[in-house]
Amino acid sequence: MKMNVIGKPLTRVDGRSKVTGKARYAADFNQPGQLYAVLVSATVGLGRLTGIESADVEGMSGVVALITHRNAPKLAYLPHKAVIDPAVGERLHVLQDDSVRFYGQPVAIIVADSIDHAERAAAAMRITYDARQPIVDHADQQVARIVPGTGTADRSRGDADAAVAEAAVKVDEVYDIARENHNPMEPHATIAAWHGDRLTLWSKSQFLMNEQAEIAAVFGLPVDNVEVICPFIGGAFGTSLRTWPHVTLAALAARHVGRPVKLVLTRKQMFFTTGHRPRSLQRVALGATPDGKITGVIHEGTGETSRYEQFTEALTAVTDYLYSCPNVRTQYRLAQLDTATPNHMRGPGEASGIFALESAVDELSYKLGVDPIELRRRNEPQIDEAENKPFSSRSLIQCYGLGAERFGWVRRTPEPRSMRDGRLLIGMGTATATYPAFHAPSSARVRLLADGTAEVEAAASDMGPGTYTSMTQVAAEFLGLQPEQVRFGLGTTDYPPTPSHGGSWTMASVGSAIRAACLEVQSQATRQAIADAGSPVFEASMEALEWVDGRLRRRGDASPGLSYQDILAKTGNPIEVDGSAQRDPETAEKYSMHSFGAVFAEVSVDPDVGTIRVRRLVGAYGIGRVVNPLLARSQCTGGMIGGIGMALMERTVLDVRDGRPVNAHMADYLMPVNLDTPKLEALFVDEVDPHVNPLGVKGLGEIALVGTAPAIANAVFHATGKRVRTLPIKIEDVLTA
Amino acid sequence: MAENSSEMHSSGPIVSRREALQATAGAVALAALPLQPAAATSSPAGVSSDIAVAMTVNGRAHTLIVDPRQSILDVLRETLDLPGTKKGCNQGACGACTILVDGKRIVSCLTLASMHDGADIQTIEGLENDGELHPLQAAFVEHEGLQCGFCTSGQIMSGLGCIAEGHVGSPEEIQFWMSGNICRCGAYPGIIAAVADVAERS
Repeated sequence: MKMNVIGKPLTRVDGRSKVTGKARYAADFNQPGQLYAVLVSATVGLGRLTGIESADVEGMSGVVALITHRNAPKLAYLPHKAVIDPAVGERLHVLQDDSVRFYGQPVAIIVADSIDHAERAAAAMRITYDARQPIVDHADQQVARIVPGTGTADRSRGDADAAVAEAAVKVDEVYDIARENHNPMEPHATIAAWHGDRLTLWSKSQFLMNEQAEIAAVFGLPVDNVEVICPFIGGAFGTSLRTWPHVTLAALAARHVGRPVKLVLTRKQMFFTTGHRPRSLQRVALGATPDGKITGVIHEGTGETSRYEQFTEALTAVTDYLYSCPNVRTQYRLAQLDTATPNHMRGPGEASGIFALESAVDELSYKLGVDPIELRRRNEPQIDEAENKPFSSRSLIQCYGLGAERFGWVRRTPEPRSMRDGRLLIGMGTATATYPAFHAPSSARVRLLADGTAEVEAAASDMGPGTYTSMTQVAAEFLGLQPEQVRFGLGTTDYPPTPSHGGSWTMASVGSAIRAACLEVQSQATRQAIADAGSPVFEASMEALEWVDGRLRRRGDASPGLSYQDILAKTGNPIEVDGSAQRDPETAEKYSMHSFGAVFAEVSVDPDVGTIRVRRLVGAYGIGRVVNPLLARSQCTGGMIGGIGMALMERTVLDVRDGRPVNAHMADYLMPVNLDTPKLEALFVDEVDPHVNPLGVKGLGEIALVGTAPAIANAVFHATGKRVRTLPIKIEDVLTA
Repeated sequence: MAENSSEMHSSGPIVSRREALQATAGAVALAALPLQPAAATSSPAGVSSDIAVAMTVNGRAHTLIVDPRQSILDVLRETLDLPGTKKGCNQGACGACTILVDGKRIVSCLTLASMHDGADIQTIEGLENDGELHPLQAAFVEHEGLQCGFCTSGQIMSGLGCIAEGHVGSPEEIQFWMSGNICRCGAYPGIIAAVADVAERS
């Protein structure tokens, strides 16, 4: 299918608003008469509140209210579960009792006339606790490992244990990936304003429809009484998928004081209650024949969760379909800890699971003496052997080919510690990336105006990938307009419902809905033209007409045809259509749908002091159609940088005595800065997937990060001969080589 | 990152991230400390009192009564209704709140407004000229130097400082001197390209 606007490297339509500071994020929507709320966080990891010294605090300058469980209203907390909420367990109910379940849990709100006054009062709060010892160390032997209550934890085909036991060549190792925090640049923020029993929230959210429904449930309101507005998100990476306690607290505080209230979490509080990538402990065992055919795969993983909810992620899922092997067993368990509930972080589950699997496959390649890419070629499946279905498309081997050529893989000498640049050890490593091509039901509205321009609306979000721009391109494409003739709006619950902005499914879901609405708009315009006695296509059959570049004419006719303006001039009324789209259930049943990619890393390691630098990363991806290559490359290289963080830097360290994150600070939670950026290249193989959705897009937000950490770890092994199975890789890990 | 990344790309000087962070925004913030405190309006014993501060923001003169503990960042965002400058960490570690004070880049979250009586302040809102983007603003869009946009105001203000300081001799030098501004989306390649492009043209 010929595309005019889709596939073009347009710069961002919202670029101007972002570079001028005019883009407004949640905390930028100051309201008249607004007060400021600051949360007081528990300083013990488990126990009960026994005392609150409030008299002094309430008399402090500017303080309007102090709200604790003692004076907070009992909230309705009606049953509410969105797809994004854990299937088992119940969300934290805030300020409803005296219990403390984890370090940093909100225990009080100060409302004051300025940020400084609220912060000063919060700092002056004296709270006493009856504290108990929390258990926060996932590796602690006394931690119970439970089978998740969701029923899909374990899978098996053949006899993996016997196959591995009998195999001529084996790898059997354990992997440990640290807890990470999303740390988007924008802290969570909510401004809440009540008008009677109607509530408006300017709130950072990747899932407006759920935030609306959840807050309605928490306060016992009709859903329509809650409006959520969020035109811009300052990065999120999953942390804003759920509606966390601070949203409830902002609304509660605003109702308590009868004025709008702004609540912005501190950076430290971003480590407490807004989710994290759970630490994972994994075992991967591989068995193979001497010529490199994998005969058995065992993948056992344990994630962590809170005591009150079971957060699950796809930790072992990729192992089911990545390699051809008759004997595969995967197992997933949860360690229940005294922490807040984790949540999805970019490439959730897959990014952690694939580190273990792709490290093990790399290790196997050395044991076999087979090139790592060749080993993957020898074990490339023809179908998804777990589901016994064909892949809708799978370009993994093409990705390896394209990436290897660009990267210069042929220059790699296989022996560890065999490559040097001066005194530095050089290593080259590779790993596979994959992520499901999801598609959720979505809707969108398209309004074609009499002036021939269009307005497009959906309650979607844009946390940075460029939703504003790419959706504008989709609408322009299917209406036959120029992007400048389309205005796309998102970020309010007043617009048609969409799924969450996560899971790499925004373009598949919202884009397909926009396409459907545009096609219906065009069809209605055609019918109006046919019905118009003054029109050159009067009484023509629909089939005899065609739209070319936004103009309607008879097939084969060389005349310029009718523009939308020509057609709408008759009535002067706009055409407005609410469209929707979802994946065809039959197609969903028939195909296994995933993106694939190959990531290549070159590192240098100082042999004396163990410092590791990533020098180059090349990622080649098969992600179906690329709507905007400029933005897609940027998203991919950004994901790779996130992968550098996962591989070499990011780790939230908990004090086992009380569960306190000891490095809850952006200088102590290490993440890549500009100077850490290596030469980065993102490539896309030409992949046509007619099955995933009408746009043929598979999404790329998550796969951009998945695969980078194992590629780097494999390069570190190649450089040093030291196999590091813990993330992040630290200096001491390679110094003990 | 940091301790395990102490060496620059290829041929650059040996520096750590911590040094890089200190060498950029932090050090300039310290250098910007005024020698004389601003005049206090009244000062009852033991009670902090509000202070009058005169400052020019984006070419407009303001006389403000501020709480002496208020940061310039909070004054800009909450008092002057200039929310383009962002609060990312409020601890001087992320650079999102970078502004120019008397032409020098500082992190406005670590700088008290009361210390800057008479200062000339420039924020992201003041860069456009008659509706024309500043070349660095345009370059950030053109080179895809942003994704979510939240760090962008700070990146651009820091980029202006970086260019004015002459720390733009090579991409590696730009990377070093722009490392006080974290971009969690990882738009660094575009940021480097945008700063280099404008530096070359100016």
